[in-house]
Amino acid sequence: MSKEAILGAIRRGLRRGELPEDQKAMLRARMAAPPRHLIPARSRVSRPEQIALFIANVEKEFGTVERIPDLDAVPAAVADYLAAQNQPPRFAMAPHPELQGIDWSSRPMLQFEARKGEASDIVSLQSAFAAVAETGTLMLPSDAIRPTTLNLLPDVAMVLVRASRIVGAYEEAWDLLRAERKDPLTGGFMPRNVMLVTGPSRSADIEQTLELGAHGPRMLHVLLLDDDPGAVAHA
Amino acid sequence: MLATSPQFKENARRAMADPGLQKALTTAKGAFLQRRAAAVERLPEFEQLRNVGRDIKNHALANLDFYLETYAENVERAGGKVHWCSTPDEARAAVLKICRDADARTVTKGKSMISEELGINDHLERHGITPVETDLGEYIIQLRKETPSHIIAPAFHLNVEDWEESFRAAHTDLPKDRVFHERRDLLTEARARLRGKFLAADVGITGANFLIAETGSSVIVTNEGNGDLTQTLPRVHIALASIEKCVPTIEDATSLLRLLARSATGQDFSVYTTFSTGVRREGDLDGPQEYHVVLIDGGRSDMIGTEFQDMLRCIRCAACMNHCPVYGTTGGHAYGWVYPGPMGAVLTPSLIGVEKSGHLPNASTFCGRCESVCPVKIPLPNLMRHWREREFERHLRPGAMRTNLGVWAWFARRPGFYRWAARMGIAALGLLGRGKGAFKSLPMAGNWTEGRDLPVPQGGTFMAQYAKRQREEGRRR
Repeated sequence: MSKEAILGAIRRGLRRGELPEDQKAMLRARMAAPPRHLIPARSRVSRPEQIALFIANVEKEFGTVERIPDLDAVPAAVADYLAAQNQPPRFAMAPHPELQGIDWSSRPMLQFEARKGEASDIVSLQSAFAAVAETGTLMLPSDAIRPTTLNLLPDVAMVLVRASRIVGAYEEAWDLLRAERKDPLTGGFMPRNVMLVTGPSRSADIEQTLELGAHGPRMLHVLLLDDDPGAVAHA
Repeated sequence: MLATSPQFKENARRAMADPGLQKALTTAKGAFLQRRAAAVERLPEFEQLRNVGRDIKNHALANLDFYLETYAENVERAGGKVHWCSTPDEARAAVLKICRDADARTVTKGKSMISEELGINDHLERHGITPVETDLGEYIIQLRKETPSHIIAPAFHLNVEDWEESFRAAHTDLPKDRVFHERRDLLTEARARLRGKFLAADVGITGANFLIAETGSSVIVTNEGNGDLTQTLPRVHIALASIEKCVPTIEDATSLLRLLARSATGQDFSVYTTFSTGVRREGDLDGPQEYHVVLIDGGRSDMIGTEFQDMLRCIRCAACMNHCPVYGTTGGHAYGWVYPGPMGAVLTPSLIGVEKSGHLPNASTFCGRCESVCPVKIPLPNLMRHWREREFERHLRPGAMRTNLGVWAWFARRPGFYRWAARMGIAALGLLGRGKGAFKSLPMAGNWTEGRDLPVPQGGTFMAQYAKRQREEGRRR
């Protein structure tokens, strides 16, 4: 058995046998309550500053952000953005109740289907679970209501992010997932897949020079829903 | 992969005489250094984080048996399967069996260095399965039937002309007179080409930057999105990972991820950092139905408990090679196996034997830049020195070198003689070189003076000057 061979070799190297039960219990306790390591000070700021940091970082990574006051503003924001980018008014949308609950009738030109992504999709609309100000990163856990393919296959990825779901550091986004999600298969919190997305797809493989639009989306547009009163900067 | 490390000296000579390679190295070198320096500047806590990263990996390695078992239990709980493989042979067989069970005809691949180590592509091809590399750099390397020359930028050695030439030669169904105005046109052509491959593949193979014991997750980090398409679209996902990738928790991986992208490409975070845990859940609209982890020892466990255990902290960021004057001069292929640069000079002897790769830890001036940028503080020069010692103990160095080292050691143990000999040597050289400034060649040091001149010594020996200064300072006080 290779498993026993590998574990045996590791233990021989460490000059000990299998760990005694009390030490295993200590390590299990470390996993159950993971120690928080150093969190960079850049995200330890007020709510309005965290939102501003998130926006600045998305833009630094070649994404775009539009702030909208409520869900009713989504159809106009989507239609205007696609028109401005010369994109067709058609998109694949995550079958997320929040997106499906939007009254799209104000923009009858928009066509969409709630489903997973297909290779021929040009535009997608996804809903973020959370976002991280530290580096302008979106947290997109896979789910029946949040297909992974929508993050990958289209040319243009639009993502709805609620300001109330923007946290400072990655650890705080994982806290939300730990607290809110229970996996039907494992009983833990991890879904099949969690993507942390920071900007549109790119490659620097040709002469170490950055080019956008490798295999994933060429454009990443964040619709930032201002639902957090504490996060709106005082004028 | 067949190692040409024994021919390092010839490889290096050829590399230095290759104008195309030298051009590519000159173009690429500066970019990595500037980007990393800028990213580190943006994060004042970077130095502290290096200590955190080192400590996390040390903790993981000290309890690796426990964490691997926990990891495997959690993978299986999520519907995945772990294939424990002691040797590359076992790992190749495991991958082939999974592909055959899936009736696979084509397999897409994300970038993975362990896959290079195992020679997965050749093995699959020999058995009638077509592997398709999807990382842009790996894709062109595969077209050109080459190997990666850098662990995060496989096509580090190529110029844009090489890309054009290879694309024209490979994509013969496209118009011959098409024009590549800019790099983006190459990228667009590869994207269109590979879309179909992603959709047609029966199995997707990726590597793993980290394995997380707490959740049974494998983590990949990419900028292109190719790794995600590879592991999302096919029915079967295989993650290849060596045992030292395992860390305890998400928090531990998160701290290491803060170091990884900054040290590697100089980004604050890579575009896609993805955690995969098991198979498609009920109700999920996409994702693989089978999830396999091929967990490979491949010589790592032999390093545990030795002076080389520190090397197992490596997170494969490539900062050491980006900052290495030797790598910058020879490029990666000269090193002759999978891992080039300082990390390769330490790891290669551990994995394929120092008798085949003894030149690598010797090809260093111990300038120390690699250690100073390593995100997990691996003492790379020290580990190279350990290899030199082992070589010496095992009589692997040529006789002349042993004799010279013996002579040096005799003097070094007798400081009086040593200083006297140094004084005589300097006086003789000073006399010989009077009015010259520098020696263009010296007897018995031809190899050394071939590449540079030796300045004619001026003044006394270091010890004499040091003593003089001490005396002067004493007088001033």
